[in-house]
Amino acid sequence: MIKKTDNKTADSIARGRHMSGLYETDESDVLVLPLGDRAIVVDWGGSIHPDTHGKIRALCSQMERNPVPGIVEVVPAYTTVTVFYEPLKLRDPVTGDQWSRSGGKDDRSPFEIIKRIVSRMVMGLESVEAGSSRIVEIPVCYGGEFGPDLHDVAVHTGLSAEEVIKIHASQDYLVYMIGFAPGFPYLGGMPERIAVPRRSSPRPTIDPGSVGIGGKQTGVYPIATPGGWQLIGRTPLKLFRPDHAAPSLLQMGDIVRFRPIAPEQYAAWKEDDI
Amino acid sequence: MSLYIIKSGLLTTIQDQGRFGYQQQGVIVSGAMDSFALRAANVLVGNDQGDEALEITLRGPSIRFDAEALIAICGGNLSPSIGGQKVPLWRPVIIRAGEVLEFGPCIWGARAYLAVAGGIDVPLVLQSRSTYLRAGLGGLEGRALRTGDVLRCGAVSDCAAKYTRNGLAALESKPFAAAPWFIGFPSRPAYAQEPVIRFIQGRDFRHFTEESKAAFVSRPFYVTPQSDRMGYRLEGQAIRLMQPFEPISEAVSFGTVQVPPEGNPIILMADRQTIGGYPKIAQVASVDLPVLAQVKPGESIRLAEISLEHAEELYMDAEQSFALTEKAIGLYLTKERGV
Repeated sequence: MIKKTDNKTADSIARGRHMSGLYETDESDVLVLPLGDRAIVVDWGGSIHPDTHGKIRALCSQMERNPVPGIVEVVPAYTTVTVFYEPLKLRDPVTGDQWSRSGGKDDRSPFEIIKRIVSRMVMGLESVEAGSSRIVEIPVCYGGEFGPDLHDVAVHTGLSAEEVIKIHASQDYLVYMIGFAPGFPYLGGMPERIAVPRRSSPRPTIDPGSVGIGGKQTGVYPIATPGGWQLIGRTPLKLFRPDHAAPSLLQMGDIVRFRPIAPEQYAAWKEDDI
Repeated sequence: MSLYIIKSGLLTTIQDQGRFGYQQQGVIVSGAMDSFALRAANVLVGNDQGDEALEITLRGPSIRFDAEALIAICGGNLSPSIGGQKVPLWRPVIIRAGEVLEFGPCIWGARAYLAVAGGIDVPLVLQSRSTYLRAGLGGLEGRALRTGDVLRCGAVSDCAAKYTRNGLAALESKPFAAAPWFIGFPSRPAYAQEPVIRFIQGRDFRHFTEESKAAFVSRPFYVTPQSDRMGYRLEGQAIRLMQPFEPISEAVSFGTVQVPPEGNPIILMADRQTIGGYPKIAQVASVDLPVLAQVKPGESIRLAEISLEHAEELYMDAEQSFALTEKAIGLYLTKERGV
């Protein structure tokens, strides 16, 4: 049984919002609903919170440890886990039956089968996995040519550039998920004091490794993409490494710390310095 | 055997069924836009259905074959020809060494798939050969084909080799020979002009106004020129929320229909991001994704709602039908008498 989150009010509001009367599970405060005919969403509702994140990690590692035939892949997000599946390869966890459409009353559709599979997994999760969070230090050369918007951020926040750097680099950030682009971390934990709106017009291309602030979020661009975040620095680390088995340097659940480095250190950086 | 790219065409990339298993690392799935045509073309040349092929967009390339080869072209009709003669689609074709395959005007559809027996010999990147241009991943050096490229082909299956040998014997002086049998209309997706694309309600469907929900299923939507492999940007009656609503970002899928605040829906396609944050009004039924993939910018579509159960049944029917098609093709390919 899953423990209720502290944020019970927000949770029930969120449930009310998502409730369609058709797809919620009865046994817990978790919703299970379809994303079309080949994916299912497990939704804890509520707001973005480390507790929910812990449950999401627990479900993902459970699925990794016990691969289910027919499950193609699992995509965690802030408050949901989406499970992609091949409908014709699923087997009912109780009866072992595949989808047959024989017309019998015990026939279960692929959605009903996958719902059974994931609901049982969610029930089986003892509690939030303590999980040993990996700490990843990311060296960042702040300001100058690498952080063209650092000055604007300082002006907007009423801080000095040094203070912005100090605040940004003295925080532990939780990697809630990887998305938007290959290896791009959605980080939680940035102090609101250094929050700044996105740029009014996005840059057509941003260099890989750029560290930015967009609203209340901060992140690192792993590949060259267009983007509207305020750029405050750049890391010499490669966040996306397609030749690795785990191509994203950062993984969901990691703790990120930014460490300021000088331009000379940036220039002299070698891949194996980490 | 190698393919010499004499002219690259508008956008020709190597695609297979997609790069699965890495979305939680933020890696975009990519893969063929029209997965049916990809699978069909592969099966017709004796490859595995999920192998890589060339995805040819609107204006096709010119390709010289340095040795005889067994090929198949499926999907959109981009006027393929060899030696000035039309090459029919949806069937095996044996091409003589040294001949050039060319493409002309786009008669119907948006994308053609050219499969070559043995596949194309490019490295697997994260377990797939699909090209994802923005990250420079997969395919040939992570990019679209260019004039002057040379693609090496892989090892041909025994049945394809035998079929080709028999066919060559009957070729006489012709530059190519096409099989008299082919994948017929009933065995293909419901490709059409201004097709009706069936969808299941998205999780945020009920957040939209009644007027918008009604317009969504009754009015045609125009596929704008800004549409690409990442997504189709639609224009029609603006789709409005009852009140502002920003869902928490979560996974999206091939065929997820999101509505940004300005009200023009976007259907996410093969090169979609892994995570999306706009309200989801609909999810296209899997069986209609190939149909949608053949709609080109400037054309329109209509949308029709179906139940999840119906979408599942359509999917099963389509997969069973394809399995039969694959079996039949296997039998035809192993017949002794060749093309």
